Amino acid sequence: MNTITVKLCLGTACYVMGSSHLQDLVDIIPDRFGDRVVIAGHNCLNLCTSNGEHAESPYVKIDDEIISNATIEKVLDHIEKKL
Amino acid sequence: MNNNNQSIHIKKEVLVKIIKAFFSENFAKNVELIPFEMRPKGMNVPYRCCIYKERAILRTRIIAGLGFSIENDDEIKQLSVYAEEALARETPASGPLTVIDAACKGCTPHRIHVTDLCQGCVARPCQSVCKFGAISMSNGRSVIDGAKCKNCKMCIAQCPYNAIVKIIVPCEDACPVDAIVKDTNGFVQIDYDACLSCGKCIMNCPFGAVHEKSQIIDILKQMQSGGRVIALIAPSIVGQFPGGVYRLKTAMQKAGFADVYEVAQGADTTTRNEAREFAERMEAGAPFMTTSCCAGYSQFINKHLPEIREFVSATKTPLYYIAEKVRRDEPSALTVFISPCVAKKNEGRANPNIDFVMNYEELGALLIARNIEILDCEEAVFDTESSKQGRNFGVSGGVAGAVASISQGDVRPCVINGLDKTTIKLLKKMAKDRKCEEGNLVEVMCCENGCIGGNATICPPKTAQRALAQFCAGSSDLKRL
Repeated sequence: MNTITVKLCLGTACYVMGSSHLQDLVDIIPDRFGDRVVIAGHNCLNLCTSNGEHAESPYVKIDDEIISNATIEKVLDHIEKKL
Repeated sequence: MNNNNQSIHIKKEVLVKIIKAFFSENFAKNVELIPFEMRPKGMNVPYRCCIYKERAILRTRIIAGLGFSIENDDEIKQLSVYAEEALARETPASGPLTVIDAACKGCTPHRIHVTDLCQGCVARPCQSVCKFGAISMSNGRSVIDGAKCKNCKMCIAQCPYNAIVKIIVPCEDACPVDAIVKDTNGFVQIDYDACLSCGKCIMNCPFGAVHEKSQIIDILKQMQSGGRVIALIAPSIVGQFPGGVYRLKTAMQKAGFADVYEVAQGADTTTRNEAREFAERMEAGAPFMTTSCCAGYSQFINKHLPEIREFVSATKTPLYYIAEKVRRDEPSALTVFISPCVAKKNEGRANPNIDFVMNYEELGALLIARNIEILDCEEAVFDTESSKQGRNFGVSGGVAGAVASISQGDVRPCVINGLDKTTIKLLKKMAKDRKCEEGNLVEVMCCENGCIGGNATICPPKTAQRALAQFCAGSSDLKRL
């Protein structure tokens, strides 16, 4: 079975705009999904600069999928759909 | 309401745009364009009735971001004029808070309300439980007579359908001292004579109608004109940014600060002085002593409970000691306190050694606008390392804990974790009875969780506390410094 990789953007813009509130995922995800999902905080993923703005920060990347305005609920929901 | 919501997101976006405009070739013109950039023609209207109202409210948020009172705005003056005036002024405007009446929902006043869920039942426990005869039946449903209702909530507890609710006004509900008043149209106004500037209304208004007046332009102007601007970072900053304070120091230097000091260093002086003062007061037979670091609490003493003053420690705040030191070492430099809350703007104003106050959101916006990646920065060092006790000052219990850790004899901390109606009652009782049953060293912090729960924090308190605990665990004990 393939594992899902979750990258939590901890770049300055994402952190200030809300990824500081997503850090609980580092505990929640292993609890809920075990080793099927790997999560780690990450230096700037350069997603905020891709659309020129940070209005949709914070970003989370789940494998190749980009989640903007990420929330804990949104991330968990995406993972569940993928599994 | 936590600090991660759309209204706070918008406020931070506005600050980033203002700072970007400041560093652009045409500040005034680019400030004028911010509402149009954020809400361009054809965009779906995200929150308000129409795009024009969205832009009008953004305009007022920009006025606050430029450091002006929204109350004085005549709606005619262009943002570009505000921008030029901000550049021209010598000192930041007084008064830390300002209110946007256009953003205020004008919430219906507090009351107990019977909803559609009422079944008009036969038992009618709401009627029988009401001691004031405020409930009658009309059109098959309970109705509350507002003139008789005393908001006791007995009917809410009794209704088997959960059909009765208490309607609250979030800003009023959050204000510990009833400083929120409504104008004749029902829009929010702040009674500044009663206000503590604690920022609870900023955090709790779901419409983002209360703003801090930012000093960001005043600070940037000093940096740009080559002034030596020194940042004093509050202990609660740990966890508010990624990568720890050593990387943050480098990031802040890249952003234009000449140097960065930990206020925790001043906290170590506060702890020592406060421990000495505590011992002296106890020996002289005082029933208790309260701490004096929190700027919201000191406003509370001045405006609402002067009777308790004789029990309040005369020791100065950590910010006082560090600002005094920096001014002594570098008299020509300007000092900026980097703050978790708006209340410290009052302390900054009252102390000539503190030139400006910038909150965490504003610092975050500055780092974003300058494209500074904290995690890519090298770790810097501080000339003086602070103790674990000093670094823990921003957490509820941290100040009393620090004083207790270097005190001998009978030290019983009583921790007031946040000013609200209940804790205010307790403090009033202490002042009146001249005793404190819960302890002899009373620590008061206006915000729940302490400074890590301040209105301008970025990180949720639980996560911040974890980061802080880790940082403190690796720091030296005050007794060994």
